[in-house]
Amino acid sequence: MSELAIDVRGLSKNFANKAAVSNVDLQMPRGQVWGFLGPNGSGKTTTIRMLCGLLKPSAGEGTCLGFDLRRDAEAIRRQTGYMTQKFSFWADLSVRENLDFVARIYQLDNRRQCVDETLAVLGLTHRQHQLAGALSGGWKQRLALAAVTMHKPKLLLLDEPTAGVDPQARRDFWDQIHRLSNEGMTVLVSTHYMDEAERCDHIVYLAHGKLITEGSVPDIIDQSGLLSFRAEGKGVRVLEPLMAGQQGIEHAAYYGAALHISGHDRAALEAAVAKVADQGYSWQEVKPSLEDVFIALMEQSGGDKRAHG
Amino acid sequence: MMRLGHRLARINAVFIKELIQMRRDRLTFAVMLAIPILELVLFGYAINTDPKHLPTAVHAEEYTPVVRSILSGLENSEYFDVSTSHSDPRASDYLLASGKVVFVVEIPAGFTRQLIRGERPQLLVSADATDPVAASNALGRLSTIVNQALAKDLTGPLAHLRAGKGAVDLVVHPRYNPEGITQYNIVPGLLGVILTMTLVMITGMAMTRETERGTMENLLAMPGSPFEVMIGKILPYVGVGLVQTVVVLVVAHWLFAVPFIGSIALLVLSVAIFILANLALGFTFSTIAQSQIQSMQLTFFFFLPSILLSGFMFPFRGMPHWAQMIGEVLPLTHFLRVVRGIMLKGAGLQESVYDLAAILAFMLVVSTVAMLRYKRTLD
Repeated sequence: MSELAIDVRGLSKNFANKAAVSNVDLQMPRGQVWGFLGPNGSGKTTTIRMLCGLLKPSAGEGTCLGFDLRRDAEAIRRQTGYMTQKFSFWADLSVRENLDFVARIYQLDNRRQCVDETLAVLGLTHRQHQLAGALSGGWKQRLALAAVTMHKPKLLLLDEPTAGVDPQARRDFWDQIHRLSNEGMTVLVSTHYMDEAERCDHIVYLAHGKLITEGSVPDIIDQSGLLSFRAEGKGVRVLEPLMAGQQGIEHAAYYGAALHISGHDRAALEAAVAKVADQGYSWQEVKPSLEDVFIALMEQSGGDKRAHG
Repeated sequence: MMRLGHRLARINAVFIKELIQMRRDRLTFAVMLAIPILELVLFGYAINTDPKHLPTAVHAEEYTPVVRSILSGLENSEYFDVSTSHSDPRASDYLLASGKVVFVVEIPAGFTRQLIRGERPQLLVSADATDPVAASNALGRLSTIVNQALAKDLTGPLAHLRAGKGAVDLVVHPRYNPEGITQYNIVPGLLGVILTMTLVMITGMAMTRETERGTMENLLAMPGSPFEVMIGKILPYVGVGLVQTVVVLVVAHWLFAVPFIGSIALLVLSVAIFILANLALGFTFSTIAQSQIQSMQLTFFFFLPSILLSGFMFPFRGMPHWAQMIGEVLPLTHFLRVVRGIMLKGAGLQESVYDLAAILAFMLVVSTVAMLRYKRTLD
């Protein structure tokens, strides 16, 4: 058995001659939790759909759970759980009826028991007779996660599972992801949230369908070569228009009552800071956040060129 | 004045938006143009309530010049097309019951001799009267046609036979529906129309609903072949169709006293095949249409010729050849023949097998299209 859950090379997908994903290589070991990041339209969803057999790659080779991506799509489907970006369970079925359907289609043994257990583990037991369509966003996500993990898949693909969900529900959801990971599931999750990215073992950053960078969170921050300075003091908010656009400052943004400026050129940044040194703000160099790094990466690679949702 | 201006501006905003959306939905646009054209052509050319060239079988036990005159008189009238001649009297029943002919003309042995003697021999014409409209005009002209045909033979010493009630005792035997009750024909036909309308429409939504509600992606990510999904999706409606059938038949019996003289088992088999064919078609529509609205339009687009060209509303034999060819493709056409045959004529499997095979063939073709159209991926 291959040690890699996902092993693809040169994965590409074109829609009407527009490249949605081009030449992506991924080697993901089993048992880890990986984060898929990138701006809207960067090809995250398309890549995930190719991995679970919902889209045929235009080019590229590889295996998923040891099965060939092109030839064994059916086998991959049986051992993969895919949670779609948009809630895609049946709104006019109850929570339990949805799970029953999934259990039947995967031909699970002891269906009743299996559904009962899934409901209990995800805390859905008291809502099992509610219609899925009547659930709030957070509960819908729980139901979807329950449904895509019930057949004990080896690989879990989650496409922005926590978009539009409140912080408490997000935290609960991530507790579930780590629980599943501890049970041995390999999890690939796409997200826009930095705190979620920081919960992953490894980050893959895509932009315009290309893999820009990957690694652990500290690695990515170090590799970026980005430098950040932080200004604090009364009236710091008037500073941003002054700083933005100055040579060497690639990005300026407020974090609470502080202003962060960042860029790659230390001398230019320090010169910019020196210009306003007499205005009474306290400056210090800080470690760039993951968000700073991603925004810098995003600006380097240009805007949203999405052609396909 | 100001308020009117605002009002118009907002009407204009909605109007422009609707125009853009209408243009985006190409299928709807096509259907909106195609339906009037289709209706005009169908109503204008195909429908004829005075059907001619009705297939007629002749069972003649003698062929004398007088008999030949009568037969050519029938042909020349354009109402009767003598398509078969046979000598086995049992064949007449089969031909009528299976719907292969509308009339059987029987000329007994000794017909000419009795005619010349002035004994007014019987000329027996059996008609398939399940559809009273289809046969009535031809039957109405029958005595005139026969008398005119004989007129040129009955000359000289035989001229006196032309007087009075005519030389021949014309016996018309309207089979299966002797009173010419329209309901006997319409009500069994309605069974087919109701099943077509409801079942094609319901399954037409089957896949488009999944796509519209965003559940399609999920369904595709799970195991299950197109065939499995299709069968699973249409099976519940087989039950619906059978319930509808029972309701229509019970109502037909209690309200309209429509006779039922055939085999119930054969009817159940025929209905089951017909239901499956319609469900398969609906499923195919749902793999073609991109939205539930489009699927409704396809259903309507199919339903219109089904009503007009199947022989439900207007006599099938009255239509021009090309329209009959289209009609032959539609499952409703064949189902009407089968169900009328079973209920009114007591037709058996032998009489119905051709039409049932035609419905099965339609189902196979349509299911194949569905399987080809059903995409296993989101590409």
